[in-house]
Amino acid sequence: MNLKFNHEKCSGCGVCKLACSIRNFEEVTPSKAVLRIEGLFPEPGNYHIHFCDQCGECAEVCPTEAIELQDGIYQINDDECIGCLACVEACPHGVMIIKNEDDIPAKCILCGECASVCPREAIVIYKEENEKECR
Amino acid sequence: MDGYAGKVLRINLDTDKIIKEPLSKKMCEEFIGGRGFVAKTLYKELPPDSDPLGKDNLFIIATGPLSGHFLPASGKTHFGSKSPATGGYADSNMGGHFGPALKYAGFDMAVITGKAKTPSYLYIKNDIIEIRDAKTYWGKGSLTCEEMMKKDLGEDFQILTIGPAGEKLVKFACISHDFGRQAGRTGIGAVLGSKNIKAIAVKGTGSIPVFDLKKAYAKGKQAFKKVAEKPGFKGWTPEGTAGITDWVNEVGSFPAKNFQTSHIDHSHMINGKKVLERLKITDKACYCCPTPCGKYGKTKTTLGTAYMEGPEFETISLFGGSCMLESIEEIAYANYLCDELGIDTISGASVAAFAIECYEKGLITKEEIGKEIKFGDFDSIVYLLDLMSLRKNALGDLLSQGVKIASEKIKKGSEKFAIHVKGLEWTGYECRNAPSMMLAYMTADVGAHHNRAWVLGHDVVGADTNVHDLIVAGAKSDRRPKAVIHYEDSAGYVIESQHLRPAFDLLGCCRLQMMELGFEVENYAELYGVITGRKIIWDDIIKISEKVWNLTRVIWAREIKGFGRKFDYPPARFYEETTPSGPNRGYYIQKEELDELLDAYYAQRGWDQNGIPTQGTLDAIGLSV
Repeated sequence: MNLKFNHEKCSGCGVCKLACSIRNFEEVTPSKAVLRIEGLFPEPGNYHIHFCDQCGECAEVCPTEAIELQDGIYQINDDECIGCLACVEACPHGVMIIKNEDDIPAKCILCGECASVCPREAIVIYKEENEKECR
Repeated sequence: MDGYAGKVLRINLDTDKIIKEPLSKKMCEEFIGGRGFVAKTLYKELPPDSDPLGKDNLFIIATGPLSGHFLPASGKTHFGSKSPATGGYADSNMGGHFGPALKYAGFDMAVITGKAKTPSYLYIKNDIIEIRDAKTYWGKGSLTCEEMMKKDLGEDFQILTIGPAGEKLVKFACISHDFGRQAGRTGIGAVLGSKNIKAIAVKGTGSIPVFDLKKAYAKGKQAFKKVAEKPGFKGWTPEGTAGITDWVNEVGSFPAKNFQTSHIDHSHMINGKKVLERLKITDKACYCCPTPCGKYGKTKTTLGTAYMEGPEFETISLFGGSCMLESIEEIAYANYLCDELGIDTISGASVAAFAIECYEKGLITKEEIGKEIKFGDFDSIVYLLDLMSLRKNALGDLLSQGVKIASEKIKKGSEKFAIHVKGLEWTGYECRNAPSMMLAYMTADVGAHHNRAWVLGHDVVGADTNVHDLIVAGAKSDRRPKAVIHYEDSAGYVIESQHLRPAFDLLGCCRLQMMELGFEVENYAELYGVITGRKIIWDDIIKISEKVWNLTRVIWAREIKGFGRKFDYPPARFYEETTPSGPNRGYYIQKEELDELLDAYYAQRGWDQNGIPTQGTLDAIGLSV
């Protein structure tokens, strides 16, 4: 599974961010979302979705190798994490967050919740075999 | 308290004292939130005889229990004060993302009093509250100021601003946010200007407690799904509110030439389709809104090029009808100018149309104005907007007071075509063939505004239906040839709508999913239940809405000496002149009929014949004032 982002369809409502936070952290706040919507106003007047493309930069900089690639998704092992937040700093998209309760980072695990709630198909789920259909 | 952030922020600008206090549970139970909080706070805390532009007036920001939660369009923010435009009760609301951010910062409401010594802005980042210097921003346009502040503070701050008109205390100055959302009405921007506050910036990263998060999330998802299944989801959303332009014109309710008549020949040039063809770049949504009515775009005209959000229906009807601009690009540019200068597009266009009619009738001179002006002339409209917003000469100064005060000074019969109720300019529906809608304007609790009750469909086709269905059915479907006044029916229908629409202003979410698409109200009662843990039915919310409506009337009666029936009349144009052209040519409504409408309305509300709530009525609805 992967996610596809159609920036031009995004209207900036932010429902994806709220759903992400509720689904993954049980918190009603978009600040905990592991994706961001940037409004480019007044010009050119559109939105850009910043998301985790599983590039692995976070894993590269992790001093304890707490971030590992599993089935195409970089996942944080909370037990191994020392909370240095080097990964948050290194994320090229600025979409890693810090969980409040224990000051350790969190990242996108491709749960697909953002896509499931997007009312405009600005974020859609696709699987490799039907990638063409979704494009 | 589940559903709410739990705190009220109080800022006294005279003393720089900042207090964070717990939100009253009793107030939440009795008034829910939003405009309920506004009315309750104004009633309780506004000092007697306060000058609306003086330091005693309150500037209130209020959200509701549903603001910021996972449900369709939970992004409304409400503002309240004593109105500079009317001297009476005022609330004005806007969409966008500000209210949710305030809740995530920990505050359901903010009450600002006093006056800052120098131009300032308020900085709110969770628990950090600061009154900061704003001299860099003072004098800047609303949109320019927001752009500057986003660069200075960060894109993730939600910012509201006023423009030069708010700084100069223009009585229809607005608040702007998110590059195109406004709390436009009642002169709320002038109240902020009178306090020397240019802007408020907020960033909130906290969470709002929910009674049953699992259920609330499931119900929220269900609500999004249900909205998406409504025909209007795909039918209404693309054009947004501008989609009703042709319908309103075809049924003869389009304000033309300062409401002289009710039909134009160029609606096909300025309708929703033209917004999409000529202007639109992107759909622009408020927080969690699946049906974005905001159409962000770019316009090119002979006087300049601009990026702007809109124009929405009201702006189209007032600039395209009342001012007679025939191109959507020109209307959009006028929209942009109002946004940047910081005035309400509705009042701004109405004041311009009023000035042009005064000039045509010889009541004001070319010398007083500074140039010749005429309907349909883009140069004239742009000139007038600048004149009134910046109070550039004696006439600009007069126009900045709104059409009521301007007509009282100009006199010579101009009062008859100063299109307002209680000092607030009339919005986009001409009503000589729409008695219920006329009554709705006459009795709206902020002055002539449509968002308290919209019953035009009832007048025209006798339909109790959503707007999308009306648009689809078209103007010709079973249309009443001439509105027949059924007094009890009209009064009852208006009252029902006056409780229904403002109920959403208590909850802190947008009403358009219900009004335009027909998303059922019961869904909101259920969402309220799972979010707050208080089980209620929709009728309970309506009862509180009725209570708030009565409280706002009590505030009017307290703030204005001699307040009563005479404040509820429309301008004489509507009962002394017949409609001169269009589908409703020759139609009229008499003053006696308006009085009978008011009689029926007051009786059904339990108010006396002067329109004041009786003690018995107040007791019966649980309003111990």
